[in-house]
Amino acid sequence: MTVKYADVEPGTEIPGKSYRATRLDLVKYCGASGDFNVIHWSERLARSVGLPGVIAHGMYTMAQAGKFVTEWAGDPGAVLEFGVRFSGMVPVPDDDQGATIEVSGKVSEKLGDNKVAVDIVARSGDTKVLTRSRAVVRLP
Amino acid sequence: MALNKEFVGRVFGPGEPYEVSRVKIAEFADAIGEPSELCRDKAAAQRAGYPDVIAPPTLAIVIAMASTASMHSEPGLGLDYSMVVHGEESFSHSRPLHAGDVVVATTTVESIRAVGAMSMLVTSTDISTTDGEHVCTAKSTLVERGK
Repeated sequence: MTVKYADVEPGTEIPGKSYRATRLDLVKYCGASGDFNVIHWSERLARSVGLPGVIAHGMYTMAQAGKFVTEWAGDPGAVLEFGVRFSGMVPVPDDDQGATIEVSGKVSEKLGDNKVAVDIVARSGDTKVLTRSRAVVRLP
Repeated sequence: MALNKEFVGRVFGPGEPYEVSRVKIAEFADAIGEPSELCRDKAAAQRAGYPDVIAPPTLAIVIAMASTASMHSEPGLGLDYSMVVHGEESFSHSRPLHAGDVVVATTTVESIRAVGAMSMLVTSTDISTTDGEHVCTAKSTLVERGK
């Protein structure tokens, strides 16, 4: 069941979702993306450059927000524009739970031609980790 | 160390063609937890109107980063990658990347500025097929934290 252009209005909320980021997720993302920056896998080196510990790739967090939109639209190819500002770090503890990334969003505008703008917010704990985040999505 | 502002306006690439594979798309979708069958099942992707399995929208960063990596490692730029965090990112897609695409990336340094002890580096990377069809433009702001 996917959402339809005719069914949404400015203000339509997209049900929030919660995604997990564990150390294993970051290692997998390092390998899949080719971003092996030490701050995403070495506690020792992350601390040596003044971070609280290993942090998630900003792009991992952005990908979770992207998945939030593509799952709603029912098609990973429906996202035409997607931009975010990384407003906070996501520290990922070395335990089984890892960090939680909560994503919520709402339709902000209908743009015609079956395109809608979606405003997205992502939080981890008390920190907003994505702000000024917006996607333009084509709906059926 | 402040970044070298003489890099503003410089263009890097196009580099070697990058071939988008089904395996890479599935690997990336697995890594981010994207469950869509359109990233894994060619027949399902074709039923949805695509030529082959399609990439999640942020996979374009893999190609963009490969393009910017050579610039980041230029000693003349003065970037300490361990001090870098991501400030902003945006993608503008003409269409999704799909398996079988052979693309090239060209990166332009748009701006370099200092904000207090931090340096902000803004780049724009165009990703097009080797036939010249635009697929995606990725714009990145990297922040080098002060020491």
